[in-house]
Amino acid sequence: MIRLELTEKSFSGIPVLGPMKLDVARGEVLGLSGASGAGKTTLLRLLAGLDHRFEGSLKVEGRRAMVFQNPTLMPWRRVIDNVTLPTSATETQARAMLDRVGLAGLEDHWPGQISVGQARRVGLARAFVMRPDVLLMDEPFASLDDARVEGLLELTAGLIAETHAAVVIASHAAGELDALATRFARVEGRPARLVQERVRAGS
Amino acid sequence: METGRSFALRNRARLWPNLPVVVASLMALVLLWACLAWWLADPQLAPGPQIVFPTLWTALVSGDLWPDLSATLTRVTAAFGLAMGFGVAIGIALGGSRRADRWFGPWLTVALNIPALVTIVLCYLWIGLNEWAAIAAVSLNKIPMVAVMLREGMVARDTDLSDMARLHCMGWFARLRHILIPQLAPHIMASARAGLALIWKIVLVVEFLGRSNGIGFRIHLDFQMFDIAGVLANALAFVAVMLAVEWGLLAPLAQRASRWRQR
Repeated sequence: MIRLELTEKSFSGIPVLGPMKLDVARGEVLGLSGASGAGKTTLLRLLAGLDHRFEGSLKVEGRRAMVFQNPTLMPWRRVIDNVTLPTSATETQARAMLDRVGLAGLEDHWPGQISVGQARRVGLARAFVMRPDVLLMDEPFASLDDARVEGLLELTAGLIAETHAAVVIASHAAGELDALATRFARVEGRPARLVQERVRAGS
Repeated sequence: METGRSFALRNRARLWPNLPVVVASLMALVLLWACLAWWLADPQLAPGPQIVFPTLWTALVSGDLWPDLSATLTRVTAAFGLAMGFGVAIGIALGGSRRADRWFGPWLTVALNIPALVTIVLCYLWIGLNEWAAIAAVSLNKIPMVAVMLREGMVARDTDLSDMARLHCMGWFARLRHILIPQLAPHIMASARAGLALIWKIVLVVEFLGRSNGIGFRIHLDFQMFDIAGVLANALAFVAVMLAVEWGLLAPLAQRASRWRQR
């Protein structure tokens, strides 16, 4: 569960995020849209606990995981280590998750030897192997072609359904949010506000 | 999957890809030196390799050179260890905190610009003409350079990886081992290689000015006797040791630290 009551977030005295309230319950997937530079990543970093310098309050229950805008892999560690080392997952769990995301056989490769799409799958495996209670995804399918995005969307939707986590996914691609989100909001303005848009029918 | 042995063999082959070129290049340098000496035609002022190499050989086989070589190597090792330890720690601290860098960065600039000779003389005056002063003087000369190189490495590191580690609550030791050190390894290796070359030169000055053994002391004696062949022979002996350290230790370490890049 995520509960944010933000008064202001500023950088060097310049407000970038304005007053906003955000609640995401378990099993909910909040899709955040907005133009590049609107403040989506800043908001996700607050939710992830990576930036504590803001006015307001944040409550996050349970284990957090994040899929970063870049795959954020350690290039000096093999694929399997990139899943086990940060998460403390066992090798068996990591191998099973890598198999699940379609990377069986690539466990002992170096990140430099795999494609961008495969690196993103490693990022997904690292996030989901922890069975997180709160999952934050920042442009998780950026710089991938449509065919690859389609495959990853299906995979991600399945994994989210299994974990039943509270999920916030930021993307400027409406199609990606449509495929995954149960609620939609838009980040816009200067300083940025959160505009609640709609709830998916039937959710 | 690749075995450890096949990896080691392949690495060894990578380490010495230019061995024939290196040997030919060094031989060409000796040849050039011989030609210059022949052209100058003054064996006392400009002795050629045909004079210097036998001088070196005599010093080696008589056992005369070894104690001094060992003394210098001990000082180089101690000063190198201290300089790398303190330099890496200071560089990480300054590169990791903008506030610390704002306050202490200027100190580093001052330290970088203090001439080596001033530090050496001050250490001898303050601490005395002893081993501690010699090693302290060399370390103090080298620490700022290591710190600056590591500070730049810290500034250039991938902060997304640090965020990823924080998010996953990796412990400080795991972060140091798996996130920070691998990113800083090229900077550590570069400062170690540059530093070793610098340190042994400063050790020689330190020995020249205030020790009663070591290669620098031998060069001092040669200087007083106007024995240029002796100066060159002593310098060559330690250059050979440093080349052995570079090729036998530092180059394989650098190779190992960057093995993931070569896939």
